[in-house]
Amino acid sequence: MADKRMTESEVVAELRSGMTIGIGGWGSRRKPMSLVRAILRSDLTDLTVVTFGGPDAGFLLAAGKIRRLVYGFVSLDSIPLEPHFRAARQAGTLAVSEYDEGMLQLGLHAAACRLPFLPTRAGLGSDVMRVNPELRTVGSPYEDGEELVAMPALRLDAALVHVNRADALGNGQVLGVDPYFDELFCMAADRAYVSCERIVPTEELTVTAPVQTLRIQRWMVSGVVEAPGGAHFTACDPDYGRDEAFQREYVRAAADPAAWAEFTARYLAGEEPAYRAGAVAG
Amino acid sequence: MSGVTRAEVCVVACAEVWRGDGEILASPVGVIPTIGARLARATFAPDLLLSDGEALLVQGTWALGDKPPVIEGWLPFRTIFDLIYTGRRHVMMGPSQVDRYGNANISAVGPFERPTAQLLGVRGAPGNTVHHPTSYWVSRHRPRSFVERVDMVSGVGYDRAAAAGPSASRFHEIRRVVSDLGVFDFATPDHRMRLVSVHPGVTVEQVVAATGFDLVMAGEVARTRLPTDRELELIRTVIDPQDLRSREVPAP
Repeated sequence: MADKRMTESEVVAELRSGMTIGIGGWGSRRKPMSLVRAILRSDLTDLTVVTFGGPDAGFLLAAGKIRRLVYGFVSLDSIPLEPHFRAARQAGTLAVSEYDEGMLQLGLHAAACRLPFLPTRAGLGSDVMRVNPELRTVGSPYEDGEELVAMPALRLDAALVHVNRADALGNGQVLGVDPYFDELFCMAADRAYVSCERIVPTEELTVTAPVQTLRIQRWMVSGVVEAPGGAHFTACDPDYGRDEAFQREYVRAAADPAAWAEFTARYLAGEEPAYRAGAVAG
Repeated sequence: MSGVTRAEVCVVACAEVWRGDGEILASPVGVIPTIGARLARATFAPDLLLSDGEALLVQGTWALGDKPPVIEGWLPFRTIFDLIYTGRRHVMMGPSQVDRYGNANISAVGPFERPTAQLLGVRGAPGNTVHHPTSYWVSRHRPRSFVERVDMVSGVGYDRAAAAGPSASRFHEIRRVVSDLGVFDFATPDHRMRLVSVHPGVTVEQVVAATGFDLVMAGEVARTRLPTDRELELIRTVIDPQDLRSREVPAP
């Protein structure tokens, strides 16, 4: 069986500018931030990013990496509004596809099922139909005669997710209470990369945790990255909660270009070990 | 008990939206609706389901910021959508703009292409409103929040649901709007917003002046009911001992 262990840089080396990339987690929770930071250090650009958005979107927008953002919301949870997302939207410079959250899930599900679309009531009557003029409705072929939104598949070139544990083969374990949509992202993608707090031998995965925590299966996964603190500053329960102080520092810095330059120079200039030493330990 | 505050009246008015809902998930957004949902279950709506705001269904009555006492189910984000589609939920959202037909905006103020104020995004509002009952809580009732037309229809109102056809209206219901000034519903022939009651200390003229469109008046406009002694005790000593409610609705 293939050993899929890689580094963040090796993952990013497999990505290309212009790709559509799905990012797992939810808001400011269990985001694959070490992979996002590796993208920030790369020359990748022109990305379409699909996300239940948090600071992953914020950092990538601030660095000018995103051409189109596909989302239902972007939020930092304990701080409702994401500063870089707000700035990009209010500057009018960002192409967006804003969908109902359930539509986003169905788009990923359709992609995972290799279907062109899935029907839903969600979106009908709302301005989601106005601001996404490519959306179409579809008539039920049965007697009910319902006319529903045909949510198009959101096929991804790559998916990035972060979990608590994984083995070297790509079996990923979520120990926190919510798996979010991570396995859907993986299944909707041509290639999925899983970062984790710790890589362990397969037999250790179920010693202390029930098998239901094994949400990500190796057939979904192309690469595994061991990334302790890899979700920082977002929450990665039960390994660690959200670093609220650091998140506040991020938001303060985002408000001012000079402060943001200082923030990026201080935390994002080096590789992941330098980030861990400066941000996670502190 | 004396000295009932405006915030406490609002809590009870929010609680009332879930009266008679039975065994469904009550999903409050915001401090006062959250207190209201817990109060409703602790008193007149005992069958309601409540979540801990994360991924658990929980029993009991507990304080804001505390851990709920008993877990009774698992409700991660993926399963919330399954639940929404069954219709067994009544959400109370907190829009920045709402109009006379109950269209609501939580996405962005100003033109969508370049908003003057980007908010959260539509979140689950489009899906919520066409699948199960929805109510709204507006903590600051003013012409900027009760508007002629919302900038980005996130939650679907009655006119838009009707225009979108039977599939949009089939399960659509905007139950009620509660603001810091009064209570409103859409029980009119053409589903235009109606003033049901004003909170104690508020006049109809005040509500009209703070509303950016013409409200339907319900003949004799009632006064929103006061909390009972038992409700006040639950609000003050059990659910919100830190008085977070007064930060959302300060004394007028």
